[in-house]
Amino acid sequence: MNGVLANLGYRLKSMMRRPRFDLPLAGALLLLALVGLATQYSASDLDLDQAYAQALRLLLGTVLMIVISRIPPSTLRNWTPWLFAGSVLLLVLVTLLGEGRGANRWLDLRIVRFQPSELLKLTMPMMVAWTLNLRPLPPNWSTLGLVSVLIAVPAFLIAEQPDLGTALLVAASGLFAVYLAGIAWWRIGLVVVSAASVMPVAWHFMHEYQRNRVRTLLDPESDPLGLGWHIIQSKIAVGSGGLWGKGWHNGTQSRLEFLPEHTTDFIFSVFAEEWGLIGVLLLLLLYAFIIGRSLWIASNAKDTYSRLLAGAISMAFFVYVLVNGGMISGILPVVGVPLPLVSYGGTSAVSLLAGFGVLMSIHAQRRRVAT
Amino acid sequence: MKARPIRDSRQESAVFVRRAIIGFLLILVALSVLASRFWFLQVVKHRELQSRSDENRILTRPLAPARGLIYDRNGILLAENIAAFRLEVVPEQVQDMESLLADLKLTIGISEDDLDRFRSLVKSKRSYQSIPLRLKLSEEEIARFAVNRWRFRGVDVVPYLTRFYPRGKKLGHLVGYVGRIDAADAERLDASRYAGTTHVGKTGIERSYEELLHGEPGYELVEVNADRRPLRVLERVAPKPGRNLYLTVDVRIQEAGELAFADRPGASVAIDPRNGEVLAMISVPSFDPNLFVNGISQTDYNALLNSPDKPLLDRALRGSYVPGSTIKPFVAAAGLELGLRKPSDTVMSTGEFFIPGQQRGYRDVRAGGHGRVDLVQSLAQSVNTYYYALALELGIDRFASYLARFGFGQPTGIDLEGEGSGVLPSKEWKQARFGKPWYPGETVISGIGQGFWVVTPVQLASAVATLSVGGIAHRPRLLHATQQGIGDAPEAVAESQAQPAIFRDPANWHAIREGMIAVVNGPTGTARTMGIGFPYVIAGKSGTAERYSRTTEAWQHISQVAIERHQVLFEAFTPAEAPRISVIVALEAGRGGGRDAAPVARKMLDAWLIGEGQAPSPPASGTDHP
Repeated sequence: MNGVLANLGYRLKSMMRRPRFDLPLAGALLLLALVGLATQYSASDLDLDQAYAQALRLLLGTVLMIVISRIPPSTLRNWTPWLFAGSVLLLVLVTLLGEGRGANRWLDLRIVRFQPSELLKLTMPMMVAWTLNLRPLPPNWSTLGLVSVLIAVPAFLIAEQPDLGTALLVAASGLFAVYLAGIAWWRIGLVVVSAASVMPVAWHFMHEYQRNRVRTLLDPESDPLGLGWHIIQSKIAVGSGGLWGKGWHNGTQSRLEFLPEHTTDFIFSVFAEEWGLIGVLLLLLLYAFIIGRSLWIASNAKDTYSRLLAGAISMAFFVYVLVNGGMISGILPVVGVPLPLVSYGGTSAVSLLAGFGVLMSIHAQRRRVAT
Repeated sequence: MKARPIRDSRQESAVFVRRAIIGFLLILVALSVLASRFWFLQVVKHRELQSRSDENRILTRPLAPARGLIYDRNGILLAENIAAFRLEVVPEQVQDMESLLADLKLTIGISEDDLDRFRSLVKSKRSYQSIPLRLKLSEEEIARFAVNRWRFRGVDVVPYLTRFYPRGKKLGHLVGYVGRIDAADAERLDASRYAGTTHVGKTGIERSYEELLHGEPGYELVEVNADRRPLRVLERVAPKPGRNLYLTVDVRIQEAGELAFADRPGASVAIDPRNGEVLAMISVPSFDPNLFVNGISQTDYNALLNSPDKPLLDRALRGSYVPGSTIKPFVAAAGLELGLRKPSDTVMSTGEFFIPGQQRGYRDVRAGGHGRVDLVQSLAQSVNTYYYALALELGIDRFASYLARFGFGQPTGIDLEGEGSGVLPSKEWKQARFGKPWYPGETVISGIGQGFWVVTPVQLASAVATLSVGGIAHRPRLLHATQQGIGDAPEAVAESQAQPAIFRDPANWHAIREGMIAVVNGPTGTARTMGIGFPYVIAGKSGTAERYSRTTEAWQHISQVAIERHQVLFEAFTPAEAPRISVIVALEAGRGGGRDAAPVARKMLDAWLIGEGQAPSPPASGTDHP
């Protein structure tokens, strides 16, 4: 009896000393989720149902995060090829049989409607980290060749759905792992130059709606009621917010429905309109903190696989913020990338929190740093 | 597991940390770029984007003021606003305008005129402004639209106030009408004052007092959503309605006159000579101004335009009449005042007058002449010879400059637009008009109001009014009083400044008046029966002018029908000693002024009596000599 209590006490103490969760990161994520919910509630014009639905999704994501955080990274590493193969298989299936319109393909699994492309946001960096872990680093050409195929095939399948935003995020998470593995700078330069020279060819293969988005970015006023409408109204929302913002639920652009998609892809515009530049800077700082903290966790990871995986997840998180922020402020084309943990929508919140679950798991198994 | 190359874990970790730090720095740079973009939008471009946000959400809706009402001097309604429904289109909300219009045309019927007007308005207004397409919808049309409403996005039935003229054609020319603002109006009008207004005064009082009648528009700032649906009113400034107008006209006199015309083309003007207030202003035939308010149909318009009697011509204001003998009292005034005649001087009428040394004779009305006549008799019997001789003695220069004092040859300045100016014969006028010198024979016939003479009824009426009070001229006017709201007290319009009396010697005027009294009351007067039974003494003068020169073919053709040969006129005022009404009547065809025009004048004077508190007298009957 005494022994059991002593054992419990020891475990409690060790949990306090070495918590499985990184508290600063968890706190930052919680804060972000709360900001997201408040903005949601305002943007949906005080629709409590929508706020509850989003809270439920966040809760679901948090449960998933806790579950994943209990799985040791070594187990994840062993599952990696199977998970990756499974998600690519599902992706092929959805390409062949899936239903859904345009950029939103999902597989109807009776209970949940499910986008396999979301899975790849996690399994892609896992697979690349797993591959690089088996090879000498920094990666040589043959490694790079193999990894390129691993990245390009799923990314192409997703882009074909067509879901350029997700394809971009999936590809980025893989590429960041390669970058963190220490790929030589000259090789990066070579890839960038050749990618730039392939651009015109890419333009040729792009869908007309994607091309139009790029055209609209270059001159939104040319089509103020059509494709330019999104960008123009978003810029008006952001700019009219000014330094201090119009105040919570005072954003006329969203409340009066000038701003399209104002609870999903353009929620950042609502936030910027209501909280102004001060709010935007604070939010960007919060994101920077989350990315920085995640990279710190990655740096302290025990092995190469964990390190690369955690680093890739952290940096991919940044891509969300950059692409979404660039889109709503009119410096990047309109690509369907949500503002992480703030935009309305279940799958992205769940997959993001699952990613942070992986980070938490890696954190729990971190190197013991001599102090 | 296969054999792996030996890994340097410490080295890999160091590379990773280096890469992570560089990566994080690059991320911070990228986020800073993003932040600077927000700074640019939210600080540098804030003002511009703020105003665009307001433009987005705030719509300024003009509120049209209610047009002022028009009454006669006794408060009888001549123009009012009544509720009606119209069809309005917001072009911005329409996908395919042409197919929508075609569809509407089938459903409720839209004329080409409506379409043309609509299209020109679409060009001049903002695309979110509602533009009227069809006015004054019938109940059936509203029902038909309501059933099919789902097909017509951006189209709506909107209640509005439309102008209605309860007296119809009885005051058509005088009150005039409002019509939809067309492109020419839009150019003339202040767009900001007329933003919500669809109609503007086109003719008559409606036109000349547009400024007073229109009022001041208000506006509403409305918050709208992206579909431009108004959500709430942020600010409202109520329009200030136009002023109600009380005209100087007495509808009883006006309508009695119109009735007495019995559709014979002509005009009549009655004036209160004490102040220039126009008591009646008649132009026959007339038209119903209500036809024009909501767009006249092409058929109706053509009928009015092509009618030989020209109902659209306002004869009272710009009709051309040869004054004939009605000019004689004025010529007599010139002779007396310029010292060429004394009232007692006589002239021998032999039936024909000759300019010394010339062969051509100028005839009297009565063959063989009237014998020796003085001034009173020359007026009572309308003796031409008296005036032939007088005009010749005066000479055309003195003749023209003296008669100009009564306002002949120039507009009276009445408060209506488009007034004619008539012709006062003079050397200068003839030179300017025809480039030919003046002949003495033209002076002779000018003396009896023939030749180049042209007067407008309002001009002659004004001259008679001036004469009747001993030569004190008042500019004729139609506005009696204005009123801000129905409950407010009407504010009288300042009386026009009286001119100094034209007559230097009242005895001269009294002699002329005696002659004009003799026209109506004397045993030899040309309108002997006109004053019978009338409580006041009436003074008057007839005029029977030849419509065609006796030398033309037209004269030969119609000379058998006396009624078509002459324009007949009559001028009168009463009570003769201190006149309170003067009236002139001009008929485009008639046997003689005393015979045909005088009874019309009498009917009007009878109607005037009612307003004076007198019982109407038995109508004048019987015939008269020209």
